Amino acid sequence: MIFLTRRATFSASHYYWNESWPAEKNERVFGRCANRNGHGHNYTLEVTVAGEPDPVTGFVVDLKWLKGVMGREVLAAYDHKHLNLDVPEFKHSIPTTENIAIAAWKRLEPVVTAAGVARLSRIRVYETPEIFAEYRGEA
Amino acid sequence: MRAYFGRRYLLSASHRLHTPALTAEQNRTAYGKCNNEHGHGHNYFVEVLVGGAVDAETGMVVDLVAMDDAVRARVLDRFDHANLNLDPLFADRVPTTENFCKTIFNLLHDALPAGDLENVRVEETENNFFECSAKG
Repeated sequence: MIFLTRRATFSASHYYWNESWPAEKNERVFGRCANRNGHGHNYTLEVTVAGEPDPVTGFVVDLKWLKGVMGREVLAAYDHKHLNLDVPEFKHSIPTTENIAIAAWKRLEPVVTAAGVARLSRIRVYETPEIFAEYRGEA
Repeated sequence: MRAYFGRRYLLSASHRLHTPALTAEQNRTAYGKCNNEHGHGHNYFVEVLVGGAVDAETGMVVDLVAMDDAVRARVLDRFDHANLNLDPLFADRVPTTENFCKTIFNLLHDALPAGDLENVRVEETENNFFECSAKG
């Protein structure tokens, strides 16, 4: 089994706010991230797929194809957007790095699976070079 | 839903790879430059990966500030700008990055404010790193 990873970057703004909490609790739990005017990051998205190299091409997947899928399914929706305001899945879910990794998985998994050559193995989202979250499709 | 939250920390420390179990000559052969009598140092990157359910209210596996506090108290305050060989945990173990990685894993595994310790990765230089995982 070979694991292949493609990286892409996107820039987006967000804030952390739980609508069912009073303002004071949001500010206490989320600190500076609760600023309702938002703030932004340069995110790095790492998509890892697993499979066997094709006997003819030697590819697990064509990287150009994977780049296109990531662009259409994730970057088109997230890049240069306000995640809370512009992205449907974050209308009622806080765009933490964990939730972004899960949401990117949900966007990519059906497309990767439908292609039938490899399975999606891992999504890693870096919010900064020091902070990241990962989702592996676990329940 | 189980996800993972990771954070990278920088710490600078010195060490010398040397064991009393070997002769001076054998130490030089085994450890090369790392056996230099007066030690040397590195900027270590410690990457801590915490696994757990994403909290429905916060969207988080673990609170970053609380995690930072735990790592600072258990690891950074202890080893940053220190000589690893002089730490009691290395009194009878060579502070290779393999052993350093295991030591950090053991110091952190019961110290996290939420979730469980999935993996510790210690980068000694840009070209080598070591990992210690909950899966053994």
